[in-house]
Amino acid sequence: MSKRKSKENCLTHGECISQAQRMLRERFCHQKIPGKPFGVESQHKHLLELLKRTAVHGESNSVLIVGPRGAGKTMLLNCVLNELLEVKHVQENVLQVQLNGLLQTDDRIALKEITRQLHLENVVGDKVFGSFAENLAFLLEALKKGDRSSSRPVVFILDEFDLFAHHKNQTLLYNLFDVSQSAQTPVAVIGLTCRLDVLELLEKRVKSRFSHRQIHLLSSFRFKQYLEIFKMQLSLPEDFTDRRFAEEWNQNIKSLCEDRSVEDVLQKHFCSSKDFRSLHMLLMLALSRVTVSHPAIKPTDLLEASRLCTMDSKANILHGLSVLELCLIIAMKHLSDIYDGEPFNFQMVHNEFQKFIQRKSHSVHNFEKPVVIKAFEHLHQLELIKPMEGPSVRTQKEYQLVKLLLDNSQIMDALQKYPQCPTDVKQWATSAFG
Amino acid sequence: MSRYFTRLKKRRVYSWIGGPSFIDRKLKHMFYEGLCIKTDGNTNTGCIRPGHYILIEGDEDRSYVAKLLKLYDDGTGTRSSKHAEVQWFVRFHEVPQNKRKRLGRDPHPNEVFLYEIPNCDSDIDAETIITTVQVQHLEENSPFPAAQSQENSLYVKLSWDGKSFSPVNLDLLLQSGGKPVLPASSHTDSLPKPDLDVSRGLAVDSPSRPTRSARQQHSSTSKYSQSKELSDRQPSNVISTPTARKKLQLSNSVKPPGSKLTRDDVLAELLDEDRAVSSLEAEVTRRRALASKPSSSPSKKPRDLCISLSPIRGGQITQDHQLANGTQIGPRLQPEELVKRTLKRESRAESTEDLAGISPLEGEVSEGRTRGSNPPRKKEATPRKSSVKSQRKGETPSKRKDSIKIDAPLDILIEDGGEVGGPVVAVTPRSRRKSAQVSSARIQQQLNYLNRKQSTDFDVDDDEEDVFLPTKKDLKSSSEEESESVTGRRGSRSAVPRTPRSSRKAPSRTPAKTPNKTPRRTPSKTPVPRTPRTPRHATPSIPSRTQPTRKPGNVLEEARARLHVSSVPESLPCREQEFQDIFNFVESKVMDGTGGCMYISGVPGTGKTATVHEVIRCLHHAAEQDELPSFCFIEINGMKMTAPHQAYVQILQMLTGQKATAEHAAALLEKRFSTPAPKRETTVLLVDELDLLWTRKQNVMYNLFDWPTRRQAKLVVLAIANTMDLPERIMINRVASRLGLTRMSFQPYSYKQLQQIITSRLNRVRAFEDDALQLVSRKVAALSGDARRCLDICRRATEICEFSSQRSGSGLVAMSHVMEALDEMFSSPYITAIRCASVQEQIFLKAVIAEFRRLGLEEATFQQVFRQHLALCRVEGLSPVCMSEGLTTCLRLGACRLLLLESSHRDLHLRVRLNVSQDDVLYALKEG
Repeated sequence: MSKRKSKENCLTHGECISQAQRMLRERFCHQKIPGKPFGVESQHKHLLELLKRTAVHGESNSVLIVGPRGAGKTMLLNCVLNELLEVKHVQENVLQVQLNGLLQTDDRIALKEITRQLHLENVVGDKVFGSFAENLAFLLEALKKGDRSSSRPVVFILDEFDLFAHHKNQTLLYNLFDVSQSAQTPVAVIGLTCRLDVLELLEKRVKSRFSHRQIHLLSSFRFKQYLEIFKMQLSLPEDFTDRRFAEEWNQNIKSLCEDRSVEDVLQKHFCSSKDFRSLHMLLMLALSRVTVSHPAIKPTDLLEASRLCTMDSKANILHGLSVLELCLIIAMKHLSDIYDGEPFNFQMVHNEFQKFIQRKSHSVHNFEKPVVIKAFEHLHQLELIKPMEGPSVRTQKEYQLVKLLLDNSQIMDALQKYPQCPTDVKQWATSAFG
Repeated sequence: MSRYFTRLKKRRVYSWIGGPSFIDRKLKHMFYEGLCIKTDGNTNTGCIRPGHYILIEGDEDRSYVAKLLKLYDDGTGTRSSKHAEVQWFVRFHEVPQNKRKRLGRDPHPNEVFLYEIPNCDSDIDAETIITTVQVQHLEENSPFPAAQSQENSLYVKLSWDGKSFSPVNLDLLLQSGGKPVLPASSHTDSLPKPDLDVSRGLAVDSPSRPTRSARQQHSSTSKYSQSKELSDRQPSNVISTPTARKKLQLSNSVKPPGSKLTRDDVLAELLDEDRAVSSLEAEVTRRRALASKPSSSPSKKPRDLCISLSPIRGGQITQDHQLANGTQIGPRLQPEELVKRTLKRESRAESTEDLAGISPLEGEVSEGRTRGSNPPRKKEATPRKSSVKSQRKGETPSKRKDSIKIDAPLDILIEDGGEVGGPVVAVTPRSRRKSAQVSSARIQQQLNYLNRKQSTDFDVDDDEEDVFLPTKKDLKSSSEEESESVTGRRGSRSAVPRTPRSSRKAPSRTPAKTPNKTPRRTPSKTPVPRTPRTPRHATPSIPSRTQPTRKPGNVLEEARARLHVSSVPESLPCREQEFQDIFNFVESKVMDGTGGCMYISGVPGTGKTATVHEVIRCLHHAAEQDELPSFCFIEINGMKMTAPHQAYVQILQMLTGQKATAEHAAALLEKRFSTPAPKRETTVLLVDELDLLWTRKQNVMYNLFDWPTRRQAKLVVLAIANTMDLPERIMINRVASRLGLTRMSFQPYSYKQLQQIITSRLNRVRAFEDDALQLVSRKVAALSGDARRCLDICRRATEICEFSSQRSGSGLVAMSHVMEALDEMFSSPYITAIRCASVQEQIFLKAVIAEFRRLGLEEATFQQVFRQHLALCRVEGLSPVCMSEGLTTCLRLGACRLLLLESSHRDLHLRVRLNVSQDDVLYALKEG
């Protein structure tokens, strides 16, 4: 339909597309979801009430949000916080501290970060002064001075909570939970983790101070809801600048959902994981195929995206190997079969390869040994084989024990698809013993 | 730092002045009337005599202030055989932190408080005396003297009795000073005995002579100026003071208000005095406390009296002499002498009072000698001279009035204190005489003033003019002479090297700076020229909220607030026995002023810390009620510090407010707890989470338990940890042995106790059904007996109840709500997690089990499992997944810990184990 459009119309059309793409990309990458998260109403309410009590009544609390990766924990929390901060007097009162276990790898860094985010008085600019001990004492003193009725409540958000449990003595967690269990500044400690056994990580004193509230986000939705989510994620909002474009787009998405092949793709994805991130990945790939000349997502785009998503990375690598390298792989496969997964060294592989050359091969040249070694090293660099010992162990290169990181099925698949693979190599691969 | 100190300490040599003036045969104590402090490398010596205010080596490089009462040698001949008895003063920072606010204002940096806690040990090692200091007494509402005189004189306005600040009682101050049994007769090399007796008299006599310079006033107390040589005046003055006070004390302590003395009384008193000295210290102090009480009431009366008495005083001088001797030979006292003595006391009070007017000047003049730092002397001297003049001149009548109000005896002492340290000051006779005149003028003023005080309010203004205008003129005329005499003095004084004092103070300042320095230096490293200054005095605080918190609206909210662990309950039920034991332990230690350790163990949430806090609260209350000597309570928590050694830093900071590094803090604490400091109150130290203070050498633990064993430390340590056998398990023998066997263990709460706890917390707020409560408490008691858990469950149950009651329900928390809360908190999420997992994940779990069965092991590699997985996919009719996807699935299960995996770089060969039992997995998958 774009062909019929006039020149200037086409330009605006292009703008519309880029705008829609930007909006959707933001959704997929920053987890900005329109409306409430799906299927977690009770958890949403629980968390909202809890934070409200901290903000309004000054009640200290601690809670863990537990769920597998991509289940929407952060999404839920952000949604609740946004909702909470819409209330004006809450917004004025509540202080937020965001920590991430992957960034704040020990208590020293975490304390500085907390102090910085709270803008305590020992912060100048972005710098926090004082030693670790001083910072801790200072922060504790600050929290201790506050009381329920007069200080601003602080919401501590600990992403990757389980990593904080690995800090020395769990000092930070102990202190945060201790504050939440004593008459000091009201705090809400919210931990986000994907580990179901997170409570076992806590030390007994820390555990006793934790309120044992856990919100589980286990993505218990069915395929029908998954389809809904898919639709919701791709739809453009009502207030999109060009309404006509939005309508057309949404119409297209609707028809997409009814398409048989699209449903199959989604079903496959749903089976493999319910995680939102993998869905976003899929949609992102499909979305990136949209251009001015191709203004809507077609089922083929999704199919292609799905193919990309589910591609086996190692099989791809195999496609790019030389025949010699492929031969070596096959030799290794035979060795693995013979020795039942025991490691082997280059010399063994070379022997196997020599046998093949001498007995069966018609098309493959007999390569010099150094060339074979080079090929072997290349395989090593591609991490298709893995040495058993670390680099510290000094053995001669030829005798270093290695293991093959490929499954037979992968090798066979790769051989099938390998362009112009010599038939004798194929036969050798399929033969039971080298 | 500390090493520097000790070296300094060694340098001071202490020797008695003269021979023993009095010997107590029972105790073999020899009393002296002066102590000579000689500093190495310095030919000059300082003399300290009873009645002087002195600085005593304290802990953490701060010195204590006290008034010397007597000096004696216990006859053992060892280095520490020199003793001194003192009346203590406390600085503001020595007042326990929690009581500082009772002052109600900001303390003056040089303010000290008379220390009136009865049972404090006033006996010190004389060799800890550093030097003399000036202490001025100020009326409670009079302002502190101007800044230039601040440097080294201290001011007393209030006394501190361990509970509250109260105005210093002049007589009390005098009396405590008058205690010593030190005989009046001087054994000083240079001074003839009669000198001081006459000098006593002059103070009384002088009112008849009007105009005198104020500065010379103090010498007028040693009025000998007319008859004797004057060069030795200073020492005589020094000696005279204690004598006078001694006399006062005698009469005062015996005499009940308004009653007459009999001879027997006096004898008894005198004998008693001797006996008391020979008996235990504690007795002495107690008796003194008793004696001091009656003395305070008559304090006003003599002032009124003295006006009418003044004419007689001239004739009294001779009697006075006798009296002075009479103290030595008690039985010889005549009844009528005693009466006179009481009179004498009054007049004495009078004569000392009038000295108050010169106090600012005194501070000024003595500044040079007491100033701590070591600036060039010249520089210091010039402004001083001028300031003396200007101050004199600038004084307005109203100002004078203030200064006169100031109680005087202190002042004389200050005077003395100011002089003794240095060598005897030679002053010309002329100026002496002048000074005598001035002093008599002052006395006249004083009398007038007192008269005026008696008169009614409306004629105050007139009186003031009458009294003060002439004086002002006099002052002007005499100011020149005065300044001359001052310069004369200063000149002689400036010749006195003041090394001991200055070198003493110089190091003492450095540590205070060091903690500040470190942060200050940091920003200077940054290239930006004007970096904002390091917040050195940053106050730790969370900003306060703009809107007030909402109060609980309904019963459930009320209950929730009460059930929060943080809310402090009215009482701690179910821990009565433990409470009593700890209470008794701490109380007895505080009472006896001894130290000890107690180890408290128990699983988390059994109320250990809460009980200790409750005990301390009760003890504090008791201390306020005067049933117990006051004590200070500090708390450290092993979890709330970054390293075990930080314990020292925190303890030191809480004890003294000082900041120091861990090693320095350890040294300071060691010093503090090993040096005797009699007026120190008992410290109760709570060490929570003791096990975290473990170090390889265990020196933190060792010190914590070693300090209480020292006699002087007065430290009670309550150590809390979770395991009962912690001392045996982690402590080396010498630590465990010091911890001792006073142990207590907190058992987990039984369900009945938990129920009681909740009920007592709810305190008639009816929010729970009884069954519901019982369910909670039984469940928690069976699991852990952790009260926190119990309260948390109840709190959650109220929330659930609130949600559901919005739809329907009674508003009471019922069984169902509690069940739900329990489920939420204690049910394992694994089964639900498996049920909610994606199809591939479920198949992978099945494949794991299938592979385990095939191998007969509980472990398999990913490659093996994946083969099973592909097979299962085929069985289920699903399209087979590729290796990459399979690995992703596996890792996802590993992330939520349904599977235990090795690190993923092992790829195909990573080993897989189940984190849930196979039965659970099968159960979960079957249902689904």
